[in-house]
Amino acid sequence: MSEIIERSAAGIAAQVNAKQAGALEIAEATLAHVRSVEGEVGAYLTVLDDLARAQARRVDERIRAGEHLPLAGVPVAVKDNMCLEGTRTTCGSKILENWIAPYTATAVARILEAGGIPIGKANCDEFAMGSSCENSALGVTRNPYDLSRVPGGSSGGSAAAVASYEAAIGLGSDTGGSIREPGAFCNLVGFKPTYGRVSRYGLIAFASSLDQIGPLTRTVEDAALAYDAMGGYDPMDSTSINKPLEPTAGSWRDDLRGLRVGIVREFDTKTLGADLDTIYRKAYADLERLGAELVEVSLPTADYGVPTYYLVAPAECSSNLARFDGVRYGLRVDGADVRAMYDSTRAAGFGPEVKRRILIGTHALSSGYYDAYYVRAQKARTLIARDFERAFAQCDAIACPAASCPAFVFNAKSDPYSMYLMDYYTIPMALAGLPALSVPCGWATPEGGSLPMPLGLQLTTPLFAERLLLDVAHAYEAATGHAAAHRPALGAVRA
Amino acid sequence: MANDAIDIRYVAKLARLALTDDEIERFGKQLGDLLGHVNALADLDIASVPATAQVVESRNVTRDDELRPCLDRETVLSAAPQRQGGFFRVPRIIAE
Repeated sequence: MSEIIERSAAGIAAQVNAKQAGALEIAEATLAHVRSVEGEVGAYLTVLDDLARAQARRVDERIRAGEHLPLAGVPVAVKDNMCLEGTRTTCGSKILENWIAPYTATAVARILEAGGIPIGKANCDEFAMGSSCENSALGVTRNPYDLSRVPGGSSGGSAAAVASYEAAIGLGSDTGGSIREPGAFCNLVGFKPTYGRVSRYGLIAFASSLDQIGPLTRTVEDAALAYDAMGGYDPMDSTSINKPLEPTAGSWRDDLRGLRVGIVREFDTKTLGADLDTIYRKAYADLERLGAELVEVSLPTADYGVPTYYLVAPAECSSNLARFDGVRYGLRVDGADVRAMYDSTRAAGFGPEVKRRILIGTHALSSGYYDAYYVRAQKARTLIARDFERAFAQCDAIACPAASCPAFVFNAKSDPYSMYLMDYYTIPMALAGLPALSVPCGWATPEGGSLPMPLGLQLTTPLFAERLLLDVAHAYEAATGHAAAHRPALGAVRA
Repeated sequence: MANDAIDIRYVAKLARLALTDDEIERFGKQLGDLLGHVNALADLDIASVPATAQVVESRNVTRDDELRPCLDRETVLSAAPQRQGGFFRVPRIIAE
């Protein structure tokens, strides 16, 4: 593996901007590396050789013309629920298996404008519904730190790509934890900005009031660079926030003096076992050592997060996925009449998890059940958001686990609800719209495993406080450096 | 809180999903379990709590009603599973 593609996005862009390396050379090195590890990892559903080279040549021309590009020559993995004109965009689903996107998502377009190189479209749970990538109908993605384990999900392909150096930035989307959990499982920073901060235009909708695009990266600085490039108002997304975006990259604070970090009373890490308890206590102590004052805060309705989410998100998904009817795009299965065509197309095109969520969402929105389920869940959502408001009156940021365990082996969560519980720690922030991220905080060898697996510390701040969130994460990362402790278990990387 | 078991056949009809007998049985059980879990929300006192559809304040967004560039017809129709000339082709909807 070429040394340059092991660098951070910031490091690669600095070299390209200084004309010490060419974007095309980096694209070729990345594509060669992808060829050598994809058989093991399976991060990508489509590798974009030609597009990557063409974009790299354009970037090299712009650099030669004197431009400075914040992501010059940076290899990027694009989750396959984001449109990129002229490329197959599948959402990991048979219903879109051969669909070619006719336009480019705003977030992707901005990353490319900033000099990023699209290496491929990354695997994901079908329509971003899942926490392990196992719900993809089109491919298996393995965790680069132990190939017998899942990469997390739903943005598992983007996470696995970045962890195995097949990209320096992975674009993911987070609805209930789909950036933060794979980030934790793959030793990455997984950053979900405030709802509405990054345009959803061109992101194929799952649950529109929750979906948010964000980056998966190997460093906090790279997450900030990616966010600065893709965030900000977009008239094409009516829920995009029309507020100036404060740059987050650079000029980091050295310590956390003067900040109060909340530790959630209800999230007792003893319940996670002795190893994880020790790691999370150490993480909180490290925040204190950096100068933060730790305060206990309470999120009394946090336990209702998963049940609330599994009404709100399926309700929205059942409505959003109504568009897949075999008429305008995607799969069609013929039937005797139009009704039979709809029913058969959707039966053949959607996988079991998508069907389950469409059914539960349809039920929750149906006459006679709407108030009992959907409206009640929306009210519970208000209570969860209020919990955070009260907590943030006592602290500037909250720290807690990103997940209840390290990456698990394939087929470990055959009961759907056990998979839903994987998002226990990430769902409350999603329901409240808050910016949140996962940053590597230690390693634990799971029972029955032979390799140490990464764990993530989740940090969250009030709405729009991305700058503070990244600052806290950066100080923690600089002081601890957990990510560097182990290398991916891949021959091509270790060699 | 509703306690009724989910009527999978009826809901599948509403959702335009053809299900096999095996799916009806499996999903019926799995979704019954899920409803058991979400029924925990009945414990919350929500009588005076407003519903949140979306956390960040939203407002109606409009723009001037003027022509703007959009995808051309050929691009859009080329993605259709079946087309006829400048149209999407669908099975007969109105009986003769």
